[in-house]
Amino acid sequence: MITTEQRAEFRKHFRYNIGRRLVLDKIVKGIVFTCVVVAIVPLIAILVNVFSNGAAALTWDFLTQIPGAVGSDTPGGIGPAIQGTVVLIGLSSLIGVPIGVMGGIFLSEYGNNRYGRMIRFLNDVIAEFPTIVIGVFAFVLIVLTIGNFSMWAGSFALSIIMLPIVMRTTEESLKLVPVTYREAGYALGVRKWRVIFTIVLSGARSGLVTGILLAVARIAGETAPLVFTILGSSQFISGLDGPIDALPLRIWRLSSLPYDSAVTQGWGAAFVLIIMVLTINIGVRYIFLRNKEKTFIKFRKQGMVS
Amino acid sequence: MMTIKMKKGSPHIDKIFKYIAIGAGTYVVALVVMLVVNLSTGSVQVWQHEGIGFLTGSDWNSVEGRESYGAFPYIMGTLVNAGIAMLISVPLSFGIAMFLSELSPKLLRTPLAMVVELLAAVPSVIYGLWGLYVFRTYIQDWIEVPLHNLFGDQSIIFAGTPFGLDILTASIVLAIMIVPTIASISREIMIAVPNSQREAAYMLGATKWEAFRLAVLPYSKSGLIGAVILGLGRAVGETMAVTMLIGNTTGAAAIPTSLFQPSQTMASIMANEFAEASQGGLHLAALVGIGLILFIIAFLINVIAHFLVAKVVKSHEGAVLA
Repeated sequence: MITTEQRAEFRKHFRYNIGRRLVLDKIVKGIVFTCVVVAIVPLIAILVNVFSNGAAALTWDFLTQIPGAVGSDTPGGIGPAIQGTVVLIGLSSLIGVPIGVMGGIFLSEYGNNRYGRMIRFLNDVIAEFPTIVIGVFAFVLIVLTIGNFSMWAGSFALSIIMLPIVMRTTEESLKLVPVTYREAGYALGVRKWRVIFTIVLSGARSGLVTGILLAVARIAGETAPLVFTILGSSQFISGLDGPIDALPLRIWRLSSLPYDSAVTQGWGAAFVLIIMVLTINIGVRYIFLRNKEKTFIKFRKQGMVS
Repeated sequence: MMTIKMKKGSPHIDKIFKYIAIGAGTYVVALVVMLVVNLSTGSVQVWQHEGIGFLTGSDWNSVEGRESYGAFPYIMGTLVNAGIAMLISVPLSFGIAMFLSELSPKLLRTPLAMVVELLAAVPSVIYGLWGLYVFRTYIQDWIEVPLHNLFGDQSIIFAGTPFGLDILTASIVLAIMIVPTIASISREIMIAVPNSQREAAYMLGATKWEAFRLAVLPYSKSGLIGAVILGLGRAVGETMAVTMLIGNTTGAAAIPTSLFQPSQTMASIMANEFAEASQGGLHLAALVGIGLILFIIAFLINVIAHFLVAKVVKSHEGAVLA
């Protein structure tokens, strides 16, 4: 309904000269279009720079060797960093995915009450925490207690970043499974937990996978929490406790070194990292948008995919 | 007599499963509680040593025996840095959101939205690297040096040495990083405005811009404010790119006065000085204390944004359905 005031406002506007209004419209359209161009330029610039500078650094040795001594003639490679990132992603998923999926089940199947709403709210807030604060938290909780930097502390920190994403995407995909599926299960005399595990979860499979992949892409590039938890190292992983290396951390360390070889290596490491992250992101979008995947569109609506 | 076995397995399994699920949900609550407890106990030393002066002081001295810590310059640095980034990114993001929701041809819509989302997917450390090796030189040569030469003598804002590693560079890169956040949320909020609103405006002869200003903007106002606050939350907590670009000074020198002056944010001082702080010392407690302040600020920002965005999306989804 249009109220009287709104009608009066519209009338007021139409007294203006129509030519002036059309010109203003054109100007605004121009400004808006410029905004879009201005936003796209940095992405293209970053991609072009990382790809052109990074490709020059790529050799088999660069991908597999340990880094050479700082400032020496043999720059070495980023092998430990790649290994560390893969191990960290694996371990954090080991912690984050089961808890996240179970939490998602709780929110969707048992969470239609006050407690559920509170958890949903805290979950949303955690999802937006500064990651460095999570790093400091993992440091105080694990590193200070145990006494040394370890991959466990790093994985714990990354799992906290992963958890809210997995939890919310799981909840949303479970909610998209029609109630009739559940009812069919109950009608066959299947217990609730089996209905959830065998019918609902498999119906929501693609949504679950999307959420987990996006969470992995997110933590693969996280640096700030790692500074406090895994510290960085130039050796391959030798034991369960002790500092390890990771790609984003290696990029940061390289960026503070004043040598040309460090610059080249930094671009090379950035190249490997951006390939990992963008492959997951574009892959997920391509597959799910092509299939007109409802879950993905819903995730995007709620700002969970970013 | 025929017996029908209705359900297989023990009825307790259902209960156990429910409790496991509740446990997983409770884990989130436990995390938040432990976060607050740990950051408080980790920083208790510095609060005892400095008192409330930790918030207002600007000394930063980690030499043993003369230790003194004040977080004021870094709080200011964070606010100024995030503020400038918001000034740049908010109009830009609203422009993008408006283009995507109102003006864009259907064919362009999906790829453009995807590009904006990919901007958000690029890791922060890569923005930092790009800013450090590429963007910084352009900023220095094309913006900072001319501005400094023109206005450097008259205005304190443009005073200082235009070196490239300063507040201006850090906040522009930060702005690029938060554009996708604000743009994609505000786009969703603008799309949630019912088409009947726009059609009413068009029917009265409004141009696209007028329809946007009279029908879409008022309808989505509080949601857009929420999107902006959410972006602010990201900007305040952003670490790596800012650490690599802001120049990193400590103490009173880090209080921002000029655009071309190196500074320090709360997140960047934690990342920078962490390696130098010895375990169990006052220096470490001071860094954890800054973490606690950052946590409180980010928590408040996110709670406000959450309520604004959630309310709007909920009521608008209802409006679309009705």
